Amino acid sequence: MPNSALWAVDLFGKVHTLSTAGQYWEPCKDSQLEFKRVSAATQCCWGIACDNQVYVYVCASDVPIRRREEAYENQRWNPVGGFCEKLLPSDRWQWSDVSGLQHRPLDGVALPSPHWVWESDWYVDENFGGEPTEKGGWTYAIDFPATYTRDKKWNSCVRRRRWIRYRRYESRDAWAKIPSKDDPEQLPDPFNDLSVGGWEITDEPVGRLSVWAVSLQGKVWYREDVSHPNPEGSSWSLMDTPGEAVQISCGPHDLLWVTLWEGQALVREGINRNNPKGSSWSIVEPPTSENGIMHVSVGVSVVWAITKDRKVWFRRGINSHNPCGTSWIEMVGEMTMVNVGLNDQVWGIGCEDRAIYFRQGVTQSELSGKTWKAIVASRECDRSHSGSSSSLLSAGCFFGDEVRGSGESCAPSDTDASSEAERPGPDRPGPAESGDSPGKPRDSLAPGSGTGRATEPGEEEAAGPAIQTPGLEPCPGPASTLAELPWTNIDLKEPRRAPGRSAAGFPETTGLSSLGLLPLGLEEPYGADDHPLWAWVSGGDCAVEAHTVLKWFTVQSGLSPSMQTLSLSITPAQTAAWRKQIFQQLTERTKRELENFRHYEQAVEQSVWVKTGALQWWCDWKPHKWVDVRVALEQFTGLDGARDSILFIYYVVHEEKKYIHVFLNEVTVLVPVLNETKHSFALYTPERTRQRWPVRLAAATEQDMNDWLALLNLSCCESRRVHGRPSPQAIWSITCKGDIFVSEPSPNLEAPEHVLPCDQMFWRQMGGHLRVVEANGQGVVWGIGYDHTAWVYTGGGSCFQGLASSTSNIYTQSDVKCVYIYENQRWNPVTGYSSRGLPTDRYMWSDASGLQERTKASTKPPSLQWSWVSDWAVDFSVPGGTDQEGWQYASDFPASYHGYKTMKDFVRRRCWARKCKLVTSGPWLEVGPLALADVSIIPESPGANRSGHSIALWAISDKGDVLCRLGVSELNPAGSSWLHVGTDQPFTSVSIGACHQVWAVARDGSAFYRGSVSPAQPAGDCWYHIPSPPKQRLKQVSVGQTSVYALDENGNLWYRQGVTPSYPQGSSWEHVSNNVRQVSVGPLDQVWVIANKVQGSHSLSRGTVCHRTGVQPREPKGQGWDYGIGGGWDHISVRANATRALRGRSQERAAECSGERGLPGAPSGVAGVPQEAPSLVRC
Amino acid sequence: MTDDKDVLRDVWFGRIPTCFTLYQDEITEREAEPYYLLLPRVSYLTLVTDKVKKHFQKVMRQEDISEIWFEYEGTPLKWHYPIGLLFDLLASSSALPWNITVHFKSFPEKDLLHCPSKDAIEAHFMSCVKEADALKHKSQVINEMQKKDHKQLWMGLQNDRFDQFWAINRKLMEYPAEENGFRYIPFRIYQTTTERPFIQKLFRPVAADGQLHTLGDLLKDVCPSAVAPEDGEKKNQVMIHGIEPMLETPLQWLSEHLSYPDNFLHISIIPQPTD
Repeated sequence: MPNSALWAVDLFGKVHTLSTAGQYWEPCKDSQLEFKRVSAATQCCWGIACDNQVYVYVCASDVPIRRREEAYENQRWNPVGGFCEKLLPSDRWQWSDVSGLQHRPLDGVALPSPHWVWESDWYVDENFGGEPTEKGGWTYAIDFPATYTRDKKWNSCVRRRRWIRYRRYESRDAWAKIPSKDDPEQLPDPFNDLSVGGWEITDEPVGRLSVWAVSLQGKVWYREDVSHPNPEGSSWSLMDTPGEAVQISCGPHDLLWVTLWEGQALVREGINRNNPKGSSWSIVEPPTSENGIMHVSVGVSVVWAITKDRKVWFRRGINSHNPCGTSWIEMVGEMTMVNVGLNDQVWGIGCEDRAIYFRQGVTQSELSGKTWKAIVASRECDRSHSGSSSSLLSAGCFFGDEVRGSGESCAPSDTDASSEAERPGPDRPGPAESGDSPGKPRDSLAPGSGTGRATEPGEEEAAGPAIQTPGLEPCPGPASTLAELPWTNIDLKEPRRAPGRSAAGFPETTGLSSLGLLPLGLEEPYGADDHPLWAWVSGGDCAVEAHTVLKWFTVQSGLSPSMQTLSLSITPAQTAAWRKQIFQQLTERTKRELENFRHYEQAVEQSVWVKTGALQWWCDWKPHKWVDVRVALEQFTGLDGARDSILFIYYVVHEEKKYIHVFLNEVTVLVPVLNETKHSFALYTPERTRQRWPVRLAAATEQDMNDWLALLNLSCCESRRVHGRPSPQAIWSITCKGDIFVSEPSPNLEAPEHVLPCDQMFWRQMGGHLRVVEANGQGVVWGIGYDHTAWVYTGGGSCFQGLASSTSNIYTQSDVKCVYIYENQRWNPVTGYSSRGLPTDRYMWSDASGLQERTKASTKPPSLQWSWVSDWAVDFSVPGGTDQEGWQYASDFPASYHGYKTMKDFVRRRCWARKCKLVTSGPWLEVGPLALADVSIIPESPGANRSGHSIALWAISDKGDVLCRLGVSELNPAGSSWLHVGTDQPFTSVSIGACHQVWAVARDGSAFYRGSVSPAQPAGDCWYHIPSPPKQRLKQVSVGQTSVYALDENGNLWYRQGVTPSYPQGSSWEHVSNNVRQVSVGPLDQVWVIANKVQGSHSLSRGTVCHRTGVQPREPKGQGWDYGIGGGWDHISVRANATRALRGRSQERAAECSGERGLPGAPSGVAGVPQEAPSLVRC
Repeated sequence: MTDDKDVLRDVWFGRIPTCFTLYQDEITEREAEPYYLLLPRVSYLTLVTDKVKKHFQKVMRQEDISEIWFEYEGTPLKWHYPIGLLFDLLASSSALPWNITVHFKSFPEKDLLHCPSKDAIEAHFMSCVKEADALKHKSQVINEMQKKDHKQLWMGLQNDRFDQFWAINRKLMEYPAEENGFRYIPFRIYQTTTERPFIQKLFRPVAADGQLHTLGDLLKDVCPSAVAPEDGEKKNQVMIHGIEPMLETPLQWLSEHLSYPDNFLHISIIPQPTD
């Protein structure tokens, strides 16, 4: 998550964030307020400001936070006026909520706080369960309350309709004050500490948070109903505590610890999904009785604490069964506070230097980490106006002093961590008031003379040290520093470039004095760097993982620009000149030294090269098993420099040596098949594809397999002369393992006759891991990972393990998915449900089918590439619903399960999920911050003028929001921002056709057509509801040039009949085929699907790429299927391929594309050559 | 799309068209035809001239043949320098093909090392690779490699197999993410105008202030005479692989992309041609 950030408050109360990808502290966008506490969560941050009010900062997003308000209008029929507003006295309100119990007039529905606005006026909901009512939204029933139907019947005595109005949360990227109720009884006293967490307890509702706070009187409060759609929550509830609380920390999951005034810690027990507030308190004694706990911070399974002597402690033995843990371990370092963030990573603020430290080496197996490392990132303001170190130092001293002076009267304890920032005295000079003298000539001041005020350089020798001296002690004289402070703040703002230590930038005279000053005031303990001084830090939105490379530790302030552009393979503008020159000169050199001498003999002959090795082979005969084989790959180089290779597999059967061989120029795809036990891969030829029986080989180690795969891939690509970036027309597909394959379309792939059989298509693997991929004909390719992260293709080559191919444009990519197992139980009269089943029953711990045993301990991640990142947890979001403990009931195994127990249910099961994560690399960059469920890019319309407009791209977020991407172009394939397209219900699939026809599928299974979408109006104007085929719920839609295809949940493929330019919604669905998993319709209206099952001559494959044959303008539905690569394919996108068979056209296109793809600054000769090669072969 | 990896290919597949002629004083039975060959810039003379040797030995008597050696315009060619370096240093301003004279007699003992077999070349090559890694990674990478990886580097060079070579060599070109480059840059600077064979010093890719060192920084530091003063006339060419990179080019990038297979940057300083 590149958008994750560390939040911190400096000693002035200013909130800053430090991105995990960045290297500077950035001031919070809304910097009006000063804060004493912040507690961050993903996409939002809660804080207590210096006015002691609670604020929430919701990060801006392209998707608005909108909530639907509903009201029902109820009417009863009477013989006189028909349906009218007159109801019986026993009836419900004329305007009510859904239950009818609450009176709810439209004008009585008010906005909950000033941070909300109405999006539109009230309107009638015409949609009734996926069908349009077409009668003003009225639904009919015999009486209230009853089942309502769409149609009026003879006995329909009542009717109702739903009115809808949306409100939107407006205060984003801004601190929004949490409204406090007027009732003084309810009003909590001023808050002292606050902590948010609990987002892992449950997803219902989306983005639910636990917000806990401690008031100055030591009471603990819980904020009700905080979630993503309701960021402010509704009200504060008082929680009883056995003691007076001073500080609180809430972990992402079920840990909640509170620090008591007396120095013990309170631990909340019984926090779970159904009771996020928990049920009872336990007390944990401090590590030593003389020094009580003054601060705690908790994560998922860790607790860190600070005692009053500033020592840092780690609590051993914490888990969700034992939130109290077992014992304390003392850690190195003295801190004023610590904070546990995501992944149980830890940050602390050093006692002495007020720097933020990051605990390095915290992993799941070593939660206490290894060492503290100071974050030396500077603030952005320091970068531009490099404030002198001494002024910051004196500011820090001042604050330390002020707290001490007034500490007795206000602070509940002597813990300066909590007191330092909490009392913003009215006399505290904020930095804001200090901008009055920026014009003062101060550039000649020596560094280290911060407290020296506007002294002349000459005076400094005397004045500087004298005033500096107190800086050595923790408590300088209050009077002098107070008086100096306004100046100090001025200095902060002063634009001075010279970093503190270097004397070089100063005139000789002051240089001397500054050198003299340094050892006195600055060297120790603060160091001479000008790092900011911090009061509070929160890592609740800061995702640091094992592979995250942080730039927080190495960068000094005032660094050179070249330092930031160190990743050399990425081309920053300033390095272009030298790089360009090298490319140019190398091209010239090759021309000079080779052009006229090509007839010369080569000194080194390219001869046969053989790689041999031992592998295992899944033998072709029965019984099928792995047999040991010797393998040899022979590579030849022909006279023209082209290579060809043969793979020999030598095996022994009945003590007789035999072999099979494969010409690598016939291989159509190499698929890695990683599982728990074998490192194997499958090799397909057209014949093997038809048989559904690939050559399967396994290596002893993952490395060995990767070496072989890399070599074989390279040989295959060489023999077909395919390399570099795929052409913009390429066909992309994804296997069920998330591996990405790409195929260059031959021009006769979509020819009217002599069609290339699709089992002959050559697929090569691209790096990365995705679930969905979508390409258009202009080289814009997007993908979606299993964790719904959106990725954009960077143009990198097919990095196969980095070998012999490009590593530029290759980045780290990660993906997260869940592994599910089922716990099965049977009821018996003695013990009720138990894990003792009948002898005929399934395993008590099994996979979804019940056929395979899967226990928590024995279940491994899908392959060695994956590692666990969470513990097993009950999955409540299974279809059919669950009870409070996650159980689903049925009469017997296997049967349909429901989420409640009935008399007839003798078995039950529940689903356990565990997250695992894969880290790989590939030519993909994340498009943050929204997570996506589906994406569609406008296919290139054949013959259309494509210049000018940006490329239309539509997507569905993981929450079901419909989105339209703005600013997508060939040069900026990631686009710039999302435009949210409002809907009345969550959507699941979207597709945009070549003529800007946007079709979508809603979660209720019905389709929608978006009207008036055009380049000028990219989001269109309104949705037209299109009922699904009878008794079917649609799940996917794909729109080509004119054809519209949809897929339902039962695998039926439907063609939309009657679509014309004047009536783009069409008239009816026509059934085309069943047995379909996914469909992709291209710009030539070509139809490709992933078929569920395909029978070959040797075996059956599930998940097979199929091509609809006989698709013609007059017969858009086609005639039959041609079967391509298969066995584990999950997704295909043919939407980039507008390559027609016409010879002239495709050549033109190839030339056009290769010319256009040359990057600015790259010599066109070099850029053109590698790309033209494959297209020439294709033509 | 141009890609830094393409530089590696261009460097590897650099060829110098060469015309080998037998030295006039060598005794032959028939007239010796000149022999034309494309020499790989990154390889070594004695490694790629088996064909030359065979060609001339056909016209000579067995007893007149002793160890082969090569000479260009009177200068004996050191086989342990990469071919590209020899060409850049001695012949870059002359017309192509490169005319090399072949000798079988009077081995110049004081100028050349003997090359009894390909093992000698391999030993020399591997010692260079190891020295370079000592500079780059305190030998950590090369020592972690297996014997077969070492062999693959050598076989890759010997058989002119780019992929085979770079499959291993890329590991030698990596550096820890938290560092900004190698520890020291393995380089050698050659000048024809001095007696000293070459200059080699410890030089870091990144300055203490975090600034990346450039080719110009290196030259200013270790070979100031090679760099023209700001306003002065350019007197020298700074050449690697037959090209003149800009002095602003970061040294770390050069080391990763323009090093010879022995992992050294061999930089030639040659007088600016006066034409």
